Amino acid sequence: MKPAPFRYHAPGAFDEALAMMGDLDNAKALAGGQSLMAMLNLRYAMPDHLVDLNGIEALRGISDGPDGIAIGAMTRQRVLERDSLLAMRAPIFAEALRHVGHLQTRNRGTIGGSLCHLDPAAELPVLAMLHDAVLRVRSAARGERSLDMAAFPAFYMTPSLEPDELLVGLSFMPWPEGTRHAFLEVARRHGDFAIVAVGCLVALDGKGAIDRAAIVLGGIGPAPIRLTAGEAMLRGERPGIELFRAVGAEAAGLEAMGDSAYSAGYRQHLAGVLVRRALQRACPSEAGVIS
Amino acid sequence: MNDGTMTGDQDGGAAQRFDVTMTVNGIERTASCEGRRNLVDFLRHDLHLTGSHVGCEHGVCGACTVLVDDHAVRGCLMLAVQAEGRRVETIEGLSPEDGPLSDLPRLFAEQYALQCGFCTPGILMTLREVIRDTPDAGETELREALSGNLCRCTGYQNIVDAALAALALMRDGGEGA
Repeated sequence: MKPAPFRYHAPGAFDEALAMMGDLDNAKALAGGQSLMAMLNLRYAMPDHLVDLNGIEALRGISDGPDGIAIGAMTRQRVLERDSLLAMRAPIFAEALRHVGHLQTRNRGTIGGSLCHLDPAAELPVLAMLHDAVLRVRSAARGERSLDMAAFPAFYMTPSLEPDELLVGLSFMPWPEGTRHAFLEVARRHGDFAIVAVGCLVALDGKGAIDRAAIVLGGIGPAPIRLTAGEAMLRGERPGIELFRAVGAEAAGLEAMGDSAYSAGYRQHLAGVLVRRALQRACPSEAGVIS
Repeated sequence: MNDGTMTGDQDGGAAQRFDVTMTVNGIERTASCEGRRNLVDFLRHDLHLTGSHVGCEHGVCGACTVLVDDHAVRGCLMLAVQAEGRRVETIEGLSPEDGPLSDLPRLFAEQYALQCGFCTPGILMTLREVIRDTPDAGETELREALSGNLCRCTGYQNIVDAALAALALMRDGGEGA
């Protein structure tokens, strides 16, 4: 199908885009378009105005500063996948991005678009939550505010954004050098949204015990879920297969969504197996071969 | 691109039109289209380049894949107005109009890497980026890249074989794609 008619706007500056989002009725911001364009084609979305953010250079880029790593909302997924700063300071990005759609969609898709679309099984919201990212959003009327990724999802596929607000970007403090990581998911086909996705970061102290850990699951609830109980179980302990099995069991106990294709019970099963495997993959010398 | 001249009565929901100019296969082309016209429909209906195919129209099948500034993109998930001033490459640009096939389509024909041929233009354009960008790619990387293009005929094996042959040819100094 073809999109219903809309008025197309291509602001060259961010302030101009913000003014449009404030002034125009039923306006939708267009980022990489890898979800929105499909929704327009299928007429799931029928905005009166489309505000294209692709011409706004200021929203692109990855930088290292006092607030950690900052990523502009319109930075393309393909750029994140191949960025040398992220490869060094947050290598889980490259690993997870291989699961985000396909080469052809990553060439257009952006990190901000994925965060704002907020598909429950999307990989980039999992990464943002894993790193306790802080999101900057702005409107013409009220200026800028920051919020934690944990507070960003409002409902199913709905971020905490007012209709006149746009995402500027996100920032996070990278974990210490030597942090272990793994990103695993089960999807029906490579590049599909995950049924369940798991990302984990594990930092060891000087004596080989776990100093700090973060585990996030996608596809289980309406938004990514932090496995805080499992993280607490890991803290201060030495990595090992029995410990990881126990954390996996904790994940399998999470309340899960079910749908016609994949039941809640199946997702819980995947959550348990993937969390255990992800921790094993992050700590292979301590926890042995993955089974 | 102009500012979107409205033709007819605005309140009556008349179409917003743009004159869009882009370089397609090395030639500058201009045509007028609605703001909602996607890139692959622009190529097919407004520039009459019907080599790029339209399959699912929601970014899943990859039949509409074209290159924009050297990157493979879904032609159904990008508006024509967004390609204003860009370099677009389509299947028509892969081989000279009157000359022999270039390496990649020739290898596809020789190795029976197509049957009905509907997915082939998209697959060749995806491979064009992969071959240019990562000439040392192996079968795993090729299969990962091709996961974004659906073929319902071949079972992919001959496609992968032909692509591997093109990569080998490129490493030996051929054009590959």
